[in-house]
Amino acid sequence: MYKSFLIKYGEIAIKGKNRYLFEEALVKQISYALEPVEGDFKVRRLQGRIYVDALGEYDYDEVVTALSRVFGIVGICPVVLVEDNGFDQLAKDVIGYMDQVYPDKNITFKVNARRARKNYPINSMELNAALGEKILEAFPEIQVDVHNPDVLLSVEIREKINIYSVEIKGAGGMPVGTNGRAMLLLSGGIDSPVAGYMIAKRGVAIDAVYFHAPPYTSERAKQKVIDLARIVSRYAGPIRLHIVNFTDIQLYIYEKCPHEELTIIMRRYMMKIAEYFAQKNQCLGLITGESIGQVASQTMQSLAATNAVCTMPVYRPLIGFDKKEIVDISEKIDAYETSILPYEDCCTIFVAKHPVTKPNINVIERSERKLEEKIDELMREALESAEVIEVAAEEE
Amino acid sequence: MKAYLDNSATTKCSDRAVELMIKILSEDYGNPSSLHNMGADAEKYIKEARKKIARTLKAEEKEIVFTSGGTESNNLAILGGVEANKRAGNHIITTSVEHASVWQPVKHLEEQGYRVTYLPVDEYGRISLTALDEALDEETIFVSMMQVNNEIGTIEPVSEAVRRIRAKAGKALIHVDAIQSYGKMMIHPKKLDVDMLSVSGHKIHGPKGSGFLYVREKTKLKPILFGGGQQKGIRSGTENVPAIAGLGAAAAEIYENMQEKTDRMYELRDYFVREVAKIKDVTVNGAVGRETAPHIISVSVEGVRSEVMLHSLEEKEIYVSAGSACSSNKPSVSRTLKAIGLKPELLDATIRFSLCETTTKEELDYALEALAKIIPFRRKFIRK
Repeated sequence: MYKSFLIKYGEIAIKGKNRYLFEEALVKQISYALEPVEGDFKVRRLQGRIYVDALGEYDYDEVVTALSRVFGIVGICPVVLVEDNGFDQLAKDVIGYMDQVYPDKNITFKVNARRARKNYPINSMELNAALGEKILEAFPEIQVDVHNPDVLLSVEIREKINIYSVEIKGAGGMPVGTNGRAMLLLSGGIDSPVAGYMIAKRGVAIDAVYFHAPPYTSERAKQKVIDLARIVSRYAGPIRLHIVNFTDIQLYIYEKCPHEELTIIMRRYMMKIAEYFAQKNQCLGLITGESIGQVASQTMQSLAATNAVCTMPVYRPLIGFDKKEIVDISEKIDAYETSILPYEDCCTIFVAKHPVTKPNINVIERSERKLEEKIDELMREALESAEVIEVAAEEE
Repeated sequence: MKAYLDNSATTKCSDRAVELMIKILSEDYGNPSSLHNMGADAEKYIKEARKKIARTLKAEEKEIVFTSGGTESNNLAILGGVEANKRAGNHIITTSVEHASVWQPVKHLEEQGYRVTYLPVDEYGRISLTALDEALDEETIFVSMMQVNNEIGTIEPVSEAVRRIRAKAGKALIHVDAIQSYGKMMIHPKKLDVDMLSVSGHKIHGPKGSGFLYVREKTKLKPILFGGGQQKGIRSGTENVPAIAGLGAAAAEIYENMQEKTDRMYELRDYFVREVAKIKDVTVNGAVGRETAPHIISVSVEGVRSEVMLHSLEEKEIYVSAGSACSSNKPSVSRTLKAIGLKPELLDATIRFSLCETTTKEELDYALEALAKIIPFRRKFIRK
């Protein structure tokens, strides 16, 4: 029955002069989210509101799922829009709406009328009373409850009259693209896709870098990361994924440096490479899925040691999260099933039995001096040979 | 250069099979159960395939039941055979080196309350006949064993085992998993005196999704799929005509000059085993010479994980399996390798090369050359 959805947005409204930028970004993100959905849709802005109109047949659940992934949306209201043909016609429309949406009339309701168009002859208070009365007349079992109604029926008098009573919770946050861009260090694990999702939620567009280490990691491991990027891109918009062959650097570190420092040194080079691609893509920061103390390379000392090679800010949205909390979000965004596929990750291949947990930056830097002979050349090769894939949600 | 050495995982479909299948898919697509002439035409293809296959086994045409492949053949034999004979006893015997498509249905029956004996094997993967003698009793109703081990290629002493089973357990049905042996040796189920024998199409250059179960006449067998009653009710479901025809063509083809082809494969196998053993830190598993199948070679390389070895070879377009192909998606330790008593550090350092009739010496030399380079290099980077 619904041909339109009224999109409610929260934080955008307080952004003053920038408001139109935010609204434009939101319209763009809504259109992106609806691209893979079957049917034709029009997204339009009208007097400080955003509407999605379905121009033909469509699947209601599919549209709601797509819209509920768009950051910046607080609520999605399926709405009936009717022309203003006088009060009697409006009463008929409202009764028709209630009859269709609530087949069981054993409910309480309240009318919440708003006269946005002030030239409408009846004011909001009068409309509440008059429409309430008509509904009571039409359905004897129905009751009014002004304090705690089952159904809050909104009737807004605008250019057209908006009738709605259902509001589906949106994803919240801010529209992607309103807060710059950042480079996500994406692995095949559970944490990094969640980290990307969380930063995207604050309106940040995402690019990503993945380190693969053939023959230690397989084509399937790489495909898994592409699949994870695709899942994140349902929320974050298109992602430019950089796939860096890290094998030679890793083996070189293995040959030259103390084994228990391998992971830390490796991660420092990963950060450097990520930062290189971040700068190249106008990113304003790096994103990692690190959480304090989760593994040896994520102790406070280890984080300090990896952080030391970066000049850009590193955003770690999961820093205070427990694994369980991360898993919950991973499941919510449908990444978990993919994340737990059992393919070897390049960070675990050579991991020492007892890696350093409290690395001293000076010691690490001294070890890294043993790499001086070849590391620049290997880094250059890794950067130049990186494969770039544009990942977008629609290619499901 | 490219070397596909994973023929025990699957083979390239033969041109003859492909041609025939295309014709059936696009022109003679009738349902063999239809009463009109398009149905009759389709039925002819099945008859023809049945005839060709029966000839390779010296069996009767009516003894061939077409299935969707090796897994279904094994499941039908075990689940259907045990169900039909459950009044005769409660004991099942199988081996500790079976493929999952035998192992799992037997496990399922064990959970249902059947007593199961898993026969131990020696270092070559050959079952212990003494253990078989000890296990056999009046209650034994079913014995399932493979003819060629899919991971190490060892040939099991089926004939000797059958003699002992018949002597001590008169009621037992005998099932042989011939998925890795069919096409590589002459198999005459009547002479072998077995009741059922499983074959898969795609291991012999037939299409995937094809296979059959040989069921000796008068064998008591219950269906595991129920429906329209096709294939005398033993295997309901519209026959997969193109796949069956492709399987028939492939079966006939693989048995043309079979002896000559396997002799050549044995030569190649012996050569490869000899050469690969010269590389430092390499062990070849299983039996040697004619005591093993001509196409399977299991190689362990201490210190190089099988996955790393597999992907290193893949970089050179050499394709092999790590452990058993079907379990490569979930890293699990191979039962067979454990059962032959392989050193624990070699369990996840074992790969399988598998040849076919068209494998060339050049391909093997190419693989040997690659191994000689990869092994010393990868061994420098061992997880400490």
